[in-house]
Amino acid sequence: MSHYVFIESRDPFETRDTRFLVDTAITLKQLDNEVTVFLVQNGVLACRKKAVGSHLPELARAGVALLADDFSLCERGIQAAEMTAGIQPSSIDSLVDLLARENTKAIWH
Amino acid sequence: MHNKTLTLALMDPPYESANSTTALRIVASALSKGINVNVFAYEGAVNLAFKDQAPHANPVKGTTVEEEDHPTTKNFVASLLELGKGDPLLTWVNCGLCVDERGAANSVDGVKRGGPADFFKMAQESTATLVIPTK
Repeated sequence: MSHYVFIESRDPFETRDTRFLVDTAITLKQLDNEVTVFLVQNGVLACRKKAVGSHLPELARAGVALLADDFSLCERGIQAAEMTAGIQPSSIDSLVDLLARENTKAIWH
Repeated sequence: MHNKTLTLALMDPPYESANSTTALRIVASALSKGINVNVFAYEGAVNLAFKDQAPHANPVKGTTVEEEDHPTTKNFVASLLELGKGDPLLTWVNCGLCVDERGAANSVDGVKRGGPADFFKMAQESTATLVIPTK
């Protein structure tokens, strides 16, 4: 089993290629890998409960761990109470801990 | 964490993308945890460390250079190199051809000149490698 960390920086409502990340992350999870998606920058805009059409619930249902950068959330005025279930506010320090684990592959998108 | 090394490849020029801010945050966090960091700056990212960057006043608000206290990426890079000058170690390599194209040879102290082969070697010897491309 490998660890995959996807760092999603893109706004899914601006670019459809975030679909690539969803398909890849879910497939890797189905192959028994540990998969985390870390949302950063405009990637956190999909976190809001009212973000109709967000791809994040699908990832959560597939068992992909979802973390959102607290700095990016703060910049965009997104409070924890507004966030879709299954997404945990996190930090760059936590991302670095994930990256520093052995047998981890990091993919920026 | 002292036996760990993280390598980042950066491509965005300064003042263009939030990618630069996030990348510098990752470098700062890793160094604070005692993780060695390699940065390979490619294409426009070689200008992140360009020494001739100057803070400016804000004529719209009528503020002076001092009042505006405008942050420059060269100062961020210099601070990170100071933080990573020993153990942990920050190694910052600018792509030489990218530097020459942009006339950006005057970098802050501690920045090295290299090429993609250096990035390959860094990646081979690292715990993890993160490539942050332009969109």
